[in-house]
Amino acid sequence: MTERLDGPQAPGDDIPAAGAPSGPIETRSAPAPAARVDSSTPHRLGPSPRMAVFFLLPAVLLLGAWVVYPIIYSIFRSLFDSTGDRFVGLGNYGSIFTDSATLTTIRNNVIWVVVAPLIVTVLGLIFAVLTERIRWATAFKLILFMPMAVSLLAAGVIFRLVYEQDPDKGVANAVITAVHDTFSSSAGYPGARPRENDQAPAAVQSGAVVTKQQVQAGQPVLIPLVGLSPDVVKDAAPAKAAPAGGVSGTVWLDVVRGGGGTLNQIDPQEKGLAGITVEAVSGGAVKGTAETAADGSFHFAGLPAGSYVVRLPQSNFQAPFNGITWLGPGLITPAIIGAYIWVWAGFAMVLIAAGLSAIPRDALEAARIDGATEWQVFRRITVPLLTPVLLVVFVTMIINVLKVFDLVFIIAPGSVQPQANVIALEMWRVSFGGGGNQGMGSALAIFLLVLVLPFMIFNIRRFRRDER
Amino acid sequence: MRKLPLTVAVLALAAAACGGNTTPEPAQSGGGTAAAAKPLDGVKIEVAAKWTGEEQANFEKVLKAFQAKTGATVTYASTGEDTGAYLGPRIEGGNPPDVAILPQPGLVQQYADQKALKPLSPEVQAQIDQNYTPYWKELGSVDGQVYGVLVKAAHKSLIWYRQTAFDDAGAQPATSWDDLIGKTAQTLADSGTAPFALCGASGWTLTDLFENVYLSSAGPENYDKLAKHEIPWTDPSVTTALQKMGQIFGKNEFVLGGASGALQTDFPTCATQVYGQKKAAMVIEADFVAVTAAESGAKVGEEAKIMPFPKAGDTDPVILGGDTAVVLKDSKGAQALLEFLASKEGGEVWAKQPGYLSPNRNVSPDNYPDDLTKQLAQTIISAGESVRYDMSDLAPSAFGGTDGKGEWKDLQDFLRNPSDVKGAQEKLEADAAKAFTK
Repeated sequence: MTERLDGPQAPGDDIPAAGAPSGPIETRSAPAPAARVDSSTPHRLGPSPRMAVFFLLPAVLLLGAWVVYPIIYSIFRSLFDSTGDRFVGLGNYGSIFTDSATLTTIRNNVIWVVVAPLIVTVLGLIFAVLTERIRWATAFKLILFMPMAVSLLAAGVIFRLVYEQDPDKGVANAVITAVHDTFSSSAGYPGARPRENDQAPAAVQSGAVVTKQQVQAGQPVLIPLVGLSPDVVKDAAPAKAAPAGGVSGTVWLDVVRGGGGTLNQIDPQEKGLAGITVEAVSGGAVKGTAETAADGSFHFAGLPAGSYVVRLPQSNFQAPFNGITWLGPGLITPAIIGAYIWVWAGFAMVLIAAGLSAIPRDALEAARIDGATEWQVFRRITVPLLTPVLLVVFVTMIINVLKVFDLVFIIAPGSVQPQANVIALEMWRVSFGGGGNQGMGSALAIFLLVLVLPFMIFNIRRFRRDER
Repeated sequence: MRKLPLTVAVLALAAAACGGNTTPEPAQSGGGTAAAAKPLDGVKIEVAAKWTGEEQANFEKVLKAFQAKTGATVTYASTGEDTGAYLGPRIEGGNPPDVAILPQPGLVQQYADQKALKPLSPEVQAQIDQNYTPYWKELGSVDGQVYGVLVKAAHKSLIWYRQTAFDDAGAQPATSWDDLIGKTAQTLADSGTAPFALCGASGWTLTDLFENVYLSSAGPENYDKLAKHEIPWTDPSVTTALQKMGQIFGKNEFVLGGASGALQTDFPTCATQVYGQKKAAMVIEADFVAVTAAESGAKVGEEAKIMPFPKAGDTDPVILGGDTAVVLKDSKGAQALLEFLASKEGGEVWAKQPGYLSPNRNVSPDNYPDDLTKQLAQTIISAGESVRYDMSDLAPSAFGGTDGKGEWKDLQDFLRNPSDVKGAQEKLEADAAKAFTK
């Protein structure tokens, strides 16, 4: 931000020979209005224009080779097809807006630009204002600023792990499942289900396990379940047939380690499933509820005679809450934006804190003496005085966000990269990452340049105005 | 000035770290007297390949043997997963490595068209004629000119399983697809173990699965046609193959973590899920799973076993992948390295490392460290002309070899939504049409 894009007196037309608007030369050649008067006389102050050109030359050459030439060549290249031989005019630009994959990247970039800079700036502002008040401000700021010291690539690797689905690996899901489990513990037997064949006496109906036959009193019901490892219930009591009398039956795990055993019959080494809620249903209404005992048997007490179906409601088999699929197609972009905010919020905070310390204290004091609340002081005094800094941070973030690449590349697994894709990544993919179409890649590069340009100009203008 | 030595030291350290793995120690190997005997003393060769970790270390042992034999200095550069993305700019920039080992024959064609490849010297071709069947020679040729030699083969028609999981469930290896789905997988699922760990995040594992099912159900003629895009992906034979895959994809209890879990699992994590975390029973991938299985502590051949990919139709599928070595800079060293890699001698050095399978018919199977690889080597060599090469690797890389694009993406979408066979076929056809016309 200390770049001097212009001399204090803006003497740009003074030295046409210099050409490029950069410069120590300009500021040096026009240190005072006196230089303007002297410029026609042979004894001028400072070096000659020839000298100026000489000193500018390295910068001009480097900028030309690394900035100007690549831009011009990219424009030229973007008008040709993948081989570089056939002129296609604006065809590549046309396909940016017709190819659905590329449109997704544009949509994602829009989400990024709308969400990320705003959150980064607001968080930066909040941190900056709050750290002014606390005792360990420097330590706090240091910690918040720390992610800036990590390269984006490393940050991507970190967050790939943070967002891992398995709560044993991913911190995000570990926290969420821990919080979730303190409020609702998942009991029961997730994964247990009846066999899927005609002989099985029960089948799954909208999540619940229901007997296929009507059940009468005096005939014990057998409900064999599978899909659980015998290890899960190795301490359970062996399954036992329910004593006859009333509507009764047994729910057990019909799996024998190593295979074998008689299907749909209780074998001696098979274990009962305790604590399962069992319902007796007749005509769509629940007439009685029971719970299985340690050996898996259940008995409905006081049920009127008649025929029922026995139902094990879905709540018995609820899969444990396994956290959020951060890296799935739905949440991938918000997840990556989260990582981005982690990296950049500290940077925004430091810039805004610097601006904050430059605010005249007397304005704040005056407002407080006049009886303003802290919120009013913040809203009416602090934020308006900070606006220039906030704008700079915001616009810098927009430019930064438009060219986001590494975080997306690292965090999104291959299968969701099409959903997470952004223009800069697509540009690389199309040109080098297997696409081999550098015409299209150049078109995307130019498109990105056009998007960034207004914000660059805005920022440069601002800097100039600040210089004056 | 006091700072300068430190900077120099740091730079030297960095340089050493970069080349650390491959820089030979000429001082150790005997100095001047031995150097006179070696034909390539002082010659520097750079070889680029995609291998990392274990596979890289194994390859470096082969390079070491070459260095010891010739005196040349070989540096290894890892291209990462995306070899095209690494080599493309270097070729454009006029600074390619001397030798590159390409994971896809499609790249041989592409670089030959760009005139970036050098034809192999007569010595290398002699080695090829001596050690390879004509099928492999043709695979490395473009317009009759030989550019590449297959130095490493991957047997892709395998299903790896965990013996303990099979024992616990009482499951048996399957010999037909219907048995695999109806008996083996169902028995495993009933016993509470997920039958399959799919590596959905690595698209190529899904194309491998498709190719095996397709070659088996549609036959080799259709396979060749589809590989060249002479029949469309909307063909009924593709429908059949996708429906068969849907028998796995469509059942939540068959896939560890369900489709969404599988789509976040890359290779080799899925193999770790089988042998390390013991969460699933089978992983459908090539012979190189052995490396991961061994790392996870499963003994290959006892706990980690293979079954040939079961027949899903009339053909017993045998599909190979492989890495083709090409010369990008015409130098004596580069051709000599290729000659070594294509020779019986070089192949046998490599064969002693785990996870390597040679397409070289004169490499004696006795060199392989385990019975399993010996058996694999036999099948490849005896199958000869009836073997098919990995279809996705024969396609333009925009279709068959790019993360998040083409076949990889479309099969991932199919895994996400396995009921939409028709939609998947239409997307595959649209992407194939785009890639093949270029």
